[in-house]
Amino acid sequence: MNETITASPPAAPAGGRNAAARLPRPARLGPAWIVGGVVAVLVALVAGVAFGPVSLPPGSVALELLNLIPGVRLDSGLDEREIAIITELRLPRAVLGVLVGATLAVAGACYQGVFRNPLADPYLLGVAAGAGLGVTALIALAGGSIVLSGVVPLTTPVAAFVGALGAVGLTYLLGVTGGRDRGPATLILAGVAISAFLSAAQTYLMQRNVDNFREIYSWLLGRLSTAGWHDVRVLLPYTLLTAAVALLYRRQLDVLAVGDAEATGLGLNPRRTRFVLLAAASLGTAAAVSVSGLIGFVGIIIPHLVRLLVGVSYRLILPMCLLLGGAFLTLADVLARTATAAELPIGVVTAFFGAPFFVLVLRTAKRVAV
Amino acid sequence: MFRRSKLLVAALAAAAVTLAGCADNGGNEPADTGAQSAGFPVTVGAVTVDQRPERIVSLAPVATEMLFEIGAGPQVVAVDDMSNFPADAPRTDLSGYQPNVEAIAAKSPDLVVTTGDPNDLIAQLTKLKIPVYLAPAAVTLDDTYRQLTELGQLTGRVDEAGDTVTRMQDEITKLTRDLPKRTAPLTYYYELDTTYYSVTSTTFVGTVFAMVGLENIADASDPDGAAGGYPQLSQETIIKADPDFIFLADTKCCGQSAATVAQRPGWSTMSAVRDGRVVELDDDIASRWGPRTVDLLRVVIDAVTKVPA
Repeated sequence: MNETITASPPAAPAGGRNAAARLPRPARLGPAWIVGGVVAVLVALVAGVAFGPVSLPPGSVALELLNLIPGVRLDSGLDEREIAIITELRLPRAVLGVLVGATLAVAGACYQGVFRNPLADPYLLGVAAGAGLGVTALIALAGGSIVLSGVVPLTTPVAAFVGALGAVGLTYLLGVTGGRDRGPATLILAGVAISAFLSAAQTYLMQRNVDNFREIYSWLLGRLSTAGWHDVRVLLPYTLLTAAVALLYRRQLDVLAVGDAEATGLGLNPRRTRFVLLAAASLGTAAAVSVSGLIGFVGIIIPHLVRLLVGVSYRLILPMCLLLGGAFLTLADVLARTATAAELPIGVVTAFFGAPFFVLVLRTAKRVAV
Repeated sequence: MFRRSKLLVAALAAAAVTLAGCADNGGNEPADTGAQSAGFPVTVGAVTVDQRPERIVSLAPVATEMLFEIGAGPQVVAVDDMSNFPADAPRTDLSGYQPNVEAIAAKSPDLVVTTGDPNDLIAQLTKLKIPVYLAPAAVTLDDTYRQLTELGQLTGRVDEAGDTVTRMQDEITKLTRDLPKRTAPLTYYYELDTTYYSVTSTTFVGTVFAMVGLENIADASDPDGAAGGYPQLSQETIIKADPDFIFLADTKCCGQSAATVAQRPGWSTMSAVRDGRVVELDDDIASRWGPRTVDLLRVVIDAVTKVPA
């Protein structure tokens, strides 16, 4: 270090090789990180399939996973029901965990980047309150009087989705039409106001319909108890859309960090960029919430964790959020399923283990930036 | 000053006379009502009823069923919003879960029958001098019989209540008399709702199934009663246990049926689904420990006798 300082002339950056060597390079995600992320996702998937309330021999589970490859027919020694447990219950659930975790984490990173606020999470603009109200209204109004089979399971996700997007729409209308300051701060305030109002309405409905309380509450705590590939098929397009938009706009997110005025000077349209990113993130979050309920912590913790690992540039953060968010949620789900005899709500597990882990990492970091 | 103090003394005297008069009225319980019948006043546990109640308010569906079964229907003036049997019961907006004491008192009841005590309901009604009979959740059929008998005493329908109990006992004896003997008991899964909550054999409905000789797969999930007899099972456990019967108690609340169960991913591998042993129960009958428990038993025994020993 000392040699470099005395060796090169401090004032004049002229001088070919030294200057070129010191030009800042655009941040790039090293292959080691990507491989690590993919390995984490694979480990999570395998754990998700191997562990569960019913203990199955790991060798047989591995053989059954190989049987999924078309054309492969190996005898794993498991009977039909145990095979059904692996292929119809555990595997879709693990994959759903990866998708939901990835969506929430990347949406959280987008929100944090757009609002430049380390406390932003995907539920900031009212998604949670809107989805909760939609589901509560459906269960409260339809519970007890629906005779058609399968209507309630089918339309709960739709009610959540519509409620979430409606709430975000309301927030945006409120935030954009307020005052002269149309910046992100107004949007946050509008989100808080809409969330409070919708939460109050939801609490009122819950109070009036106590016999459906448990069903509504278990949805609110979040759960990945899916079976079959239906939920995965529903969520996959939204995850892909959110991930695609986020990855395409990751450079713009970095530019937004310098402030609106400077960003405009650099050729970016900050309002439109914010709108596109928030729309994609909200859509993904609404879809994730509609299949899995309100799983907290993932959207706020994972981006911070990733930031501490790979640095502050969103070009690095967003891809890693996708991978680590998915792995984290699936592993948390394994814990939720196997820790006690009764299934723990996954929101409890993510908070329980996410918070202390985050504190630990925070203490070993030098500074927190957004 | 003298005049003022005279006024004061006069006012105090008038007040004293009025209060004494009121107290006197309260103490003078008229003993000449034509409605007083033999057996009254009656005391059952902590409840004392002076005359035969003619304005009974029921705050629970099972209480409503019991009252109407023992013939006390004409004495009931209001039942809660969840009481849907019998259909001609006078249903109101009163809630048994979140009772509004003033709304209940507004019906001028002379007996309130309830199954729980949320928000100190009983204490508040007692302060208003309204007798309250608490019929807590039954654990066995003996509790049901006892509650029917006590309601008979409280409503002046002792004979009818006794007849109801005898009738129920005879029916049950007849139904359980000729059950086939099996080497291994048949197992069952009882579904309370779509999130896989079930019951163990320590609950009332569990004891009804035990009467038929059925074994509950949920017992293993709540061995020490920590879940209060209502554990939540996971789909994996249910599929692995492969019970001989699946009883659905969420047909009315949550729209479940044998068809929807067969469509659940992974459930089609279960022998109960394949062999058509998914039994749809009426939510209301299955969740109430009243006189219609006999109907529940009949449905279960019908299903069980179809399986050859």
